[in-house]
Amino acid sequence: MLRAVGSDVAFTVLSLADQLPGLQIVVPLVGAIVCAFLRRGTVAWVVATITTFALPVIAFGLLREVQANGVVSYRMGGWAPPFGIEFRIDLLNAYVLLLITSISAVVIPFAKKSVAVEIDSDKHAWTYALYLLCLAGLIGMAITGDAFNIFVFMEVSSLAAYILIALGTHRLALLSAYQYLVLGTIGATFYVIGIGFLYSLTGTLNLADMTSRMAELNLLDPPSASLLAALAFIFVGLALKLALFPLHAWLPGAYAHAPSFITVFLAATATKVAVYLLVRFLYTVFPAGLALGDVPLREIVLALSVAAMIGASLVAVFQDNLKRMLAYSSVAQVGYMTLGMALANEAGLAGGLVHLFNHAITKSLLFVAVGAALYRMHSCRIEDWSGLARKMPFTMAAFAIGGLSMVGVPGTAGFITKWNLAIGALELGHWWLVGLIMLSSFIAFFYIGRVVELAWMRAPVSDLDDARPPPLSMTITMLALAIGVLWFGFETTFSLELARDAARYLLARGAL
Amino acid sequence: MSPALEALVASYNHWITIFLMVAGLYTVIAKDNMIKKLVGLSLFQTSVYLLYLSPGKILGGTAPIIAPEFDVYSNPLPHVLILTAIVVGIATIALGLALVVRIHEAYGTIEEDQVFAAGDNE
Repeated sequence: MLRAVGSDVAFTVLSLADQLPGLQIVVPLVGAIVCAFLRRGTVAWVVATITTFALPVIAFGLLREVQANGVVSYRMGGWAPPFGIEFRIDLLNAYVLLLITSISAVVIPFAKKSVAVEIDSDKHAWTYALYLLCLAGLIGMAITGDAFNIFVFMEVSSLAAYILIALGTHRLALLSAYQYLVLGTIGATFYVIGIGFLYSLTGTLNLADMTSRMAELNLLDPPSASLLAALAFIFVGLALKLALFPLHAWLPGAYAHAPSFITVFLAATATKVAVYLLVRFLYTVFPAGLALGDVPLREIVLALSVAAMIGASLVAVFQDNLKRMLAYSSVAQVGYMTLGMALANEAGLAGGLVHLFNHAITKSLLFVAVGAALYRMHSCRIEDWSGLARKMPFTMAAFAIGGLSMVGVPGTAGFITKWNLAIGALELGHWWLVGLIMLSSFIAFFYIGRVVELAWMRAPVSDLDDARPPPLSMTITMLALAIGVLWFGFETTFSLELARDAARYLLARGAL
Repeated sequence: MSPALEALVASYNHWITIFLMVAGLYTVIAKDNMIKKLVGLSLFQTSVYLLYLSPGKILGGTAPIIAPEFDVYSNPLPHVLILTAIVVGIATIALGLALVVRIHEAYGTIEEDQVFAAGDNE
């Protein structure tokens, strides 16, 4: 079912509900401009908070619209697709939009104190402006139905992210930002090369139109060499953006050296949107994209996912810096998401998609706890955390809850993911894969357990006099996320059910 | 001219694109100097401009303004897309160079191996 929204007639009365897709992107952009004109950091934070709180409301409205009436098609500027840019929202990206906007709204209260201590005061307003730009770019990537528009939004979010990472206190932040800039640009350029091939082949940039043109022009059976080249370029480009092992080199440095709030924000949203785009291309834009021609793409994704789950988890065990440890853990967790994609059955794909959400809340809880500890004691070396639970019991309890979810203990959000992935693997008869998922969880238990044991059981070795419970704004964020991690371990209407609906929707389009 | 050579010459625009693409990517990977890396990155991006623009030109075609004398028009859309891509490319390179300036202030060098050799422990 398609509903055309937009201004066909010049004097159409603007209904707010019809303009939700436009507002979803316009609101954060306007917020960013307002922040850029402000000088006081606190005022900019208030603007950023109000803006961010408005976004999940819009995303929720869009989701209800999609659930009630099917795909929403919005003509940007009133130009009809396929010539104009179309914002196209279906069950998959309605879910992704709700995810990134609500996580941003939960973590923005944490920003105030964290930014205040980690970034020079003359740059606070700019920081919030860039944060909103980055968020607008990510939302844009998720909402648009135009292949080139995705690239533009990708660069909007990436350029803002490079600057935000470079704001870190240590000089290594500059180096990490530079490396991310080089690799991120290569990734985006690979994506544009792929889109260039697709455009030459089909003569259109609208994703839905592209798919129908591929069939009309007989490009699919057998797949033309140019089409396979396009798929290869897009796959590698997006794999770089989502930090699929072994293309994850930029991620640990970027997460480890960025200011705490930026790490929380990027870890919760940036890679998720790139994963979404890969799902979009492999499941809808390329019909049966995972099984196109003789390319064993499905096996490749499966192998890389498993390598990430095991390899990156092992590397995480040997880190001294907490942020870096959690960053390697993020590389491993991306493996779970792409694993679900490669399983390509309902349970598996739903497991992969729900992990976008479950990992977002789990990892942001862990990074927020690290940020709160860093705020009080100015160190994220693991050994300095020895005995910290005596001074910051709530923060360390939050870290432990996040850790349990990371391991996948029943009753936490992480368990829901692993259970569904395991069912998906069993449906395909892959017993060994269930074993590998268990092994990866076991390694996670090691690197998380090491920190929890140190904080709770050991006596302090370093001077912890400064350490005391974090400020209220940080506690609120931590509490909300910790409740979320436990809540979504039991009540899965807004996570698993939505992911399942999206998975069914994708598989109905003939994924394999 | 043999048919193979003819095919080679006929698609010369693609050869130039591929050469620039590979040369740019090689420079990014092989060079230690951070500014040279950015030069390579810029070259790599520029190759994509050609990739888009050259198929958009139709031989004998004119600008897409409807007039009775003309019936063959070139496709204007690739130009518009690449105008956007050029702006993105400029922003990226400018930001990259700004970061290199800051790295030079912080480390006193822009050679990647020397920066790594500075041996920062976080």
